[in-house]
Amino acid sequence: MKRISLELGGGGRLMRDFIAEHVLPTFGNPILSELADSGLLPGGIALTTDSYVVDPLFFSGGDIGRLAVNGTVNDLVVSGAAPRYLSLALILEEGLEWDLLEKVLKSIRAAARRAGVRIVTGDTKVVPQGQGDKIFINTAGVGKSVGRPAVARIRPGDKLILSGTLGDHSLAVLMARGDFGITSRVRSDCAPLLFLLPLWKKGALWMRDVTRGGLATVLSELAERIPYPVLIEEGRIPVSKTVRGASELLGIDPLYMACEGKAVVVAPRRQAEDFLRRIRRHPLGRRAAIIGEVQDKVGRPGELLLATVSGGLRLLEPLTSELLPRIC
Amino acid sequence: MCLAVPAKITRVEASGLGIVDYLGNEVKTNFTLLPEAKVGDWVIIHAGFAISLLDRKEARRTLRLFREMAKSS
Amino acid sequence: MKELRDAKAIRTLLRDITNLARPLVRPLRIMEVCGTHTMALFRYGLTPLLAEAGVEMISGPGCPVCITPGAIHEAAIALLAGREGLILATFGDMTRVPTRKGSLQTAVAARNSRSRIVYSPEEALEEARGNPSREAVFFGAGFETTIPAIALTVKRAAAEGLRNFSVLPALWLIPPALRALLESGDAAISGFIYPGHVSAVIGLQPYEFIAEEFGVAGAVAGFEPGDILLAVRSVLGQNAERKPRVALEYTRAVRTEGNPGARAVMGEVFEPYDALWRGLGKIPVSGLTFRKRYARFDARARFGLRIRDSGKDLPGCRCGEVLRARIRPKDCPLFATRCTPESPFGPCMVSYEGSCLIHHKFNRGRGRAS
Repeated sequence: MKRISLELGGGGRLMRDFIAEHVLPTFGNPILSELADSGLLPGGIALTTDSYVVDPLFFSGGDIGRLAVNGTVNDLVVSGAAPRYLSLALILEEGLEWDLLEKVLKSIRAAARRAGVRIVTGDTKVVPQGQGDKIFINTAGVGKSVGRPAVARIRPGDKLILSGTLGDHSLAVLMARGDFGITSRVRSDCAPLLFLLPLWKKGALWMRDVTRGGLATVLSELAERIPYPVLIEEGRIPVSKTVRGASELLGIDPLYMACEGKAVVVAPRRQAEDFLRRIRRHPLGRRAAIIGEVQDKVGRPGELLLATVSGGLRLLEPLTSELLPRIC
Repeated sequence: MCLAVPAKITRVEASGLGIVDYLGNEVKTNFTLLPEAKVGDWVIIHAGFAISLLDRKEARRTLRLFREMAKSS
Repeated sequence: MKELRDAKAIRTLLRDITNLARPLVRPLRIMEVCGTHTMALFRYGLTPLLAEAGVEMISGPGCPVCITPGAIHEAAIALLAGREGLILATFGDMTRVPTRKGSLQTAVAARNSRSRIVYSPEEALEEARGNPSREAVFFGAGFETTIPAIALTVKRAAAEGLRNFSVLPALWLIPPALRALLESGDAAISGFIYPGHVSAVIGLQPYEFIAEEFGVAGAVAGFEPGDILLAVRSVLGQNAERKPRVALEYTRAVRTEGNPGARAVMGEVFEPYDALWRGLGKIPVSGLTFRKRYARFDARARFGLRIRDSGKDLPGCRCGEVLRARIRPKDCPLFATRCTPESPFGPCMVSYEGSCLIHHKFNRGRGRAS
């Protein structure tokens, strides 16, 4: 009997295969088939949903509540929609401490305020002790389209901008699990990416938030959807000193580490510098950088290539499964 | 795992246990295999143990060599 | 240390390597025997650059988890599943090695028993201290880089009078394996890149027979791209001058004499024996086992584990041949098709230092970047 493996939920190739081979054929319709981060509905409405199972619930720089708001908000932003309303569904494990739940709810409220969204409907379920794990959260988000991803208009020369440093969230969650003899002063980057919204009207072509599977997985998705290879430069990718060090100690590659407040933006060639300036004006975008481009000189269509700091060139594969389970 | 990196000692106790710092990450380390190690030294750590003392003079010489090679490229 | 990764310096080294390689007899095959070297070569895109320069890099048995025969992994599983009140502590990749009895990760522990992933043998000692009514067993596979740490941990346990701590050992020595490779004549090696941190412990002397008896060049290398290329350049230079030796190209971390204190600790707790390696068969004086004085910390004796080594792989798995450098990962028909990191057939696809896993991570066989 075939069984679900943990890797299926990792956001990498196994999950995408699952969606392609099982979800799409079962539900296939033109909106779903876009496989954007949100469903883009008639009437200029965007709808998205995400579930949050992060372990542990609290970590430096965030918690499950904050994730539940910002993750869904960001899925709308990168789909060209200004977030307006969220639903909030809680699945609670019997025996959960009230104080813990209250902390999470307050965190959700604060994050919602910061992101300018309102919780307008919800649901609460309680499962017997042992049949859940403290709290699971699902949020669905509704937003108003202010722009629309236009993958078909991406051309060689168009630039890739990364809004900030990689891996902070992953490392913060790892540290909170307390497994190692390593202590890193790192905070999750969990935050709303609203400051990217104005770029849609300015001509942004595509955006994706860098979550499970990391930058390499997200850019592999892009490479698969356009007829040109994508090339990024290792030396230009912002990674904090602490994350760089921890990743070397632990043997994890920052290119595959999840973030919760970073995005890749595809900017038309002529507007890349302008986009970069705008992003850098915002406190959350100070470390933004142009990390590469869509091009047709090196590699083959569908390929994501990395020019290493040492002058080498290698293929970047998408992660088949997330490095750490329950990262978001 | 050969994930051995050069890190700077920030604490050594009489017990032989202590802490090294690697790019802002603190790692609990056992220095028993390097009895001469002291705070401020750089060591190679592996599986929680310091196994070799970094020779700072040689490190500087190597860096100089590479800077030269970068120039002559 | 970013100078050691710098593209311009790398270019200079590659130029030297190209010039040195030009007049030498082909094929030029240089073997490294450390998973971290394999990884660095891929991660920085050095393998294609070296190939262009005329040098083919090959990987040898640089993965202690991989060369540990399945029977020892199976013994660990039998222990966890069959013994109550036991904590089995081990490195992460060990838990996923597939055997005829499944893997440690999927094994159902006996009542009041569990496994735990640790990063250091010391954490296993903590389990022993914190759980006096249970047995704590450290399942440790390693080369000379890790063995001193394990030896020290055993000594600590002895000093503290702990009666519930033991080690299931899978301890391997690199130089005898290199002798076995050279004697088999299998791999047609033009030179070796010696593992930097094993060498920090054992020094240069254990490799001297390679230059003196077999006339094969070699250089100890660090783990930055520049370190590896310095060593490759040295090996080619030795070949050009027909003066094979053991060169030291990692002077900042390795002394000629290694770390005598670390070796002393190893020698106090363990003694060499003729060990059976997965893929390479029985190699004289190539493994370490407990000395009588510390035999009470040997989990095999303590729990009556019978380990019948065959050294063979699971059917279809060609890990042994990969370890001997007879084939490359992508030459195995199972590579990236039926043998993947999610459902591995053998340890080479599981271990962090496994050739197949590293190849899969960086080069899934779709071919090099053009």
